[in-house]
Amino acid sequence: MLRIQCPFCGERDHSEFTYGGDGSIEYPALDASIEEWTEAVFMRENIRGSQLETWQHTSGCRSWLLVERDTMTHEIHSVKLSHPDMGKATGGNR
Amino acid sequence: MTRYSAWSVFWNGLTGQKNWDRAWRDPEPKKEYDVIIVGGGLHGLATAYYLAKNHGQKNIAVVEKGWLGGGNAGRNTTIVRSNYFMKGNREFYEHSLKLWEGLSHDLNYNVMFSQRSHISLLHSPGARDGAARRYNTMRLTGSDGEIWGLDRLKKEVPHLNYSPNSRFPIIGAAVQQRAGTARHDAVAWGYARAADQLGVDIIQQCEVTGTTTKNGKMVSVETNRGTIKGKKIGFAVAGNTSRLWQMAGLGKLPIETHKLQAFVSEPLKPLLDQVVVFGVGGAHFYISQSDKGGMVFGGDLDWYKSYAQRGNLPIVQDVAECATSILPCLGRVRLLRHWSGVMDMSMDGAPFLCKTPLDNLYLNAGWNYGGFKASPASGWYFADLIANDRPHDYIANHDLKRFERGYNLDERGAGPDPKLHG
Repeated sequence: MLRIQCPFCGERDHSEFTYGGDGSIEYPALDASIEEWTEAVFMRENIRGSQLETWQHTSGCRSWLLVERDTMTHEIHSVKLSHPDMGKATGGNR
Repeated sequence: MTRYSAWSVFWNGLTGQKNWDRAWRDPEPKKEYDVIIVGGGLHGLATAYYLAKNHGQKNIAVVEKGWLGGGNAGRNTTIVRSNYFMKGNREFYEHSLKLWEGLSHDLNYNVMFSQRSHISLLHSPGARDGAARRYNTMRLTGSDGEIWGLDRLKKEVPHLNYSPNSRFPIIGAAVQQRAGTARHDAVAWGYARAADQLGVDIIQQCEVTGTTTKNGKMVSVETNRGTIKGKKIGFAVAGNTSRLWQMAGLGKLPIETHKLQAFVSEPLKPLLDQVVVFGVGGAHFYISQSDKGGMVFGGDLDWYKSYAQRGNLPIVQDVAECATSILPCLGRVRLLRHWSGVMDMSMDGAPFLCKTPLDNLYLNAGWNYGGFKASPASGWYFADLIANDRPHDYIANHDLKRFERGYNLDERGAGPDPKLHG
């Protein structure tokens, strides 16, 4: 079982989380070309080693997280919120 | 090389089993080949065999980093079926099933193909309508399929959980009777032996560590056993396609590598004569009984990208829950082994059999969960592609540019999320 350190809830089993996908993708402008959109939606580096990926704490605080994880050893190097200012924006204090 | 026959088994039995030839040679790599296939799995071996048999190629090498049968060839649940719906896919998989039907004779090697029926359980009228559409399409395009009601299903598979109080009561099944299972090692060994007899060099313990490209062509592969030049080169390394692709400097692919677990129980007396598939409401489970008696089964991917050939525990629990909910009689059966293989999960769940940005490089990849059953046709059409330098009609849309054209071959309608194409 992977254990993910949720910045909001603390360390939890990965079964509380849902895997999103490649966290390094930057989506192009809405009016960008077909080639640019194909690249963003369909093409992947598929790294063996340390990669940036998104997870959502679906059975917890429901935050989207950016996780740096090794796809061979499953070691997690860092976890941070995908949208760090979300708490402030919704009136919370974290 | 001895041809296997009842007589050869009898004769070698009388002479102390001392006169068998080795099944295939262990050659040193030559400096140059007409065709190099990277990857000695079922797809690579089948490709080499059909290149030699159908297209008269004489000078072929298959290079394999490990040993034959050590990768995904030995990490599957051995299910063979052709219940595909979309144009291209259905013809391709049906041809594969037809090749399976004649494979033992063709290879002179018993691959133990057993057409024991593939039974997909249905749990709602909507699912039954969907299955009727799919299976009618199969019948209209030259395959077989039928829908069974509860009476027939209870007669054929008496010990499923038919309780009307279960969370998803069974209402019937979609059945392909020509589908079944085969012996996975025998398929690898059979193709290797048959290819070797046609002059193919199968080079094991030979890992590709780099490639050399000149003027838009791949001229050679660097290996731990020296540089090997190739006039044409094919990649068939599902699970690690992206790594080899990037080694060749070709950038990104519409593939993510995920791992899939499979399980086998302790051997039991004959219990289940068919392949049974259970998939509803988030459950995904398939089971058959091997000739040794072990219950062979599997479920979903591990849900996150991984190159590690080891599985996680939540999926073990998930699969065990599926097993006991559909076959409660397995509740006290002990697990003997479980294993995990890494697979190319493509963006639409369909494979790639295509030309590449390099003139003489061909790609065979992206088999998702379904590579085992596909291996004969995969070899057949990949060999055809390499020999004739153009795709056959069936695989015309199995190329890397289909997403750009909007021609996704998404049987499941799951969208561009590789982990969902189970």
